[in-house]
Amino acid sequence: MTIESRLDALAANNPQDDPSVAEPLPPKGDVVFDVRDLSVYYGEFRAIRDVTMQIERHHITAFIGPSGCGKTTILRCFNRMNDLIESARVEGSLTYHGVDLYDRAVNPAEVRRRIGMVFQKPNPFPKSIFDNVAYGPRLAGAKKTDLGDIVERSLRRAALWDEVKDRLKSSAMGMSGGQQQRLCIARALATDPEVILMDEPCSALDPIATGRIEDLMGEIKAEYTIVIVTHNMQQAARVSDRCAFFTTEVNERSDVRTGTLVEYDRTEKMFANPSDERTESYVTGRFG
Amino acid sequence: MTTITQAPTGKPEAESIKSRKVDVTGGIFKFLLWSALAFTILVLVVVITDLLQAGWAVLSTRMSDFLTSNLSSNAAKAGIAQGIAGTITIALITAVISFPIGIGAALYLEEYARPGRFTQFIDINIRNLSGVPSVVYGILGFTILVKALGRFTGGASVLAGGITLAILVLPIVIISSAEAIRAVPQSLREGGYGVGANRWEVVRSMVLPSAMPGILTGTILALARAMGEAAPLILIGANQGFFSGGEFGDLTGRFTALPITIFQWTKQPSADWVTNTAAAIVVLLIMVLFVNATAILLRNHFEKTR
Repeated sequence: MTIESRLDALAANNPQDDPSVAEPLPPKGDVVFDVRDLSVYYGEFRAIRDVTMQIERHHITAFIGPSGCGKTTILRCFNRMNDLIESARVEGSLTYHGVDLYDRAVNPAEVRRRIGMVFQKPNPFPKSIFDNVAYGPRLAGAKKTDLGDIVERSLRRAALWDEVKDRLKSSAMGMSGGQQQRLCIARALATDPEVILMDEPCSALDPIATGRIEDLMGEIKAEYTIVIVTHNMQQAARVSDRCAFFTTEVNERSDVRTGTLVEYDRTEKMFANPSDERTESYVTGRFG
Repeated sequence: MTTITQAPTGKPEAESIKSRKVDVTGGIFKFLLWSALAFTILVLVVVITDLLQAGWAVLSTRMSDFLTSNLSSNAAKAGIAQGIAGTITIALITAVISFPIGIGAALYLEEYARPGRFTQFIDINIRNLSGVPSVVYGILGFTILVKALGRFTGGASVLAGGITLAILVLPIVIISSAEAIRAVPQSLREGGYGVGANRWEVVRSMVLPSAMPGILTGTILALARAMGEAAPLILIGANQGFFSGGEFGDLTGRFTALPITIFQWTKQPSADWVTNTAAAIVVLLIMVLFVNATAILLRNHFEKTR
């Protein structure tokens, strides 16, 4: 895909936007996450350094970059998922609506209820479709009588209801990969979160299932804030409003590789007229 | 519509993909693997036929009498009721004690303990413990349960025997449970945490149900091993005579167990006792097979409900 055709596709989506006059950062909307000088370490190894960015409300923000550049690591900071890795530790500040996410008083379980996550590989629980979606609300103390409504609403939002409404009691493991991933999205939506983090949600899916998930993201972004990590640049161009490009810097002397944020801007600008030449060579496919 | 008039003839360079060469090394390897399996099965078949043959006189003529009679110095009247009662009681005590402790320890090691040198050290030592000869556990049981804590256990009692065997199988229960827990995919845990579960909730609703088939298989096989142990029970002081011991329900009383009965009878010279011994071994084997079959059924059941 040439850059021209990609631009055409973008222009078709947003005819009023002229990429050459794209608004510069900082954003004017509500800021959900404010990241300042964030570095993440695994033991002594610094995986990514000095990330400063703001994630805006009701936007889809895409993280792109070559493998090992720390996109997923940063994403997993947003809902404290890195806590599960014993050696991981963060430096710098990361606030969610002004609240420090890494404050000692913060309850990670509560964070993850508000900031849901969809993983690279569909990981439905080995339970029924209903129980998969109802799992989060049950933990949060939802009333038994409300569960049916919550499950239906979540499955409808995830565009899965019509396919599964007659077999809610059957195991989720019998679904197709694309259905499983939409079930995982429904599961994340069921706790009524504000943010959905998606870690390469389509990498294990075929193009048709991928298209459905992308459509779905477009439909729900009016109500949610979405951050997506993707290796697929067309996908980033298609779905995202803002795009962050990360890359890996190699220390010549020690051969240590550290991820870093190169550029973060409106998606149109990132693909049409990036400020950094590393971004340009990545989005045009000359590197990475 | 086109019709194929002539099949294309193979080009010489393509013909070389045809080969009639026999893969000798592969054939030998496959035969060796088959032999290893055949040898194992053969041993089992030989043991079972030999025992059935030797014990047939008892099993065919007075099976129910043999199962329900008490020990006796008269070979024609002797039975294994007390041995069966003792073995079942001991197995129950062993299960009740070793399963919760072993599964708990494994859960702690895998899900809670910080991985590091200390955890590794403990892990290695649990593996070492599983290799300690069972006689050593017998000495431990004798010193601590029979002598030091004799007031609570009643001395050489079925309770002391059960606890000793529970300690004996504990490392095996921990190791097999830990392996089953480790095999639970991390993505499942992350899915649970991702929707706001805390660690206890993830362990209870994700890890344990997924690991349960593996845990059950491992722990019940460990139990089957405990049922066949004689050495620790001999040291504990299981009844080795012809007359007393082994009633259901009396946990602090004197006891005997099937392996002890077998061990005792093998020391008898006459042919009657050889027949009795073989018959008793067949019964013990059936009990162990029954326990193993339960493990398989339970595993299948849990895997189906997933």
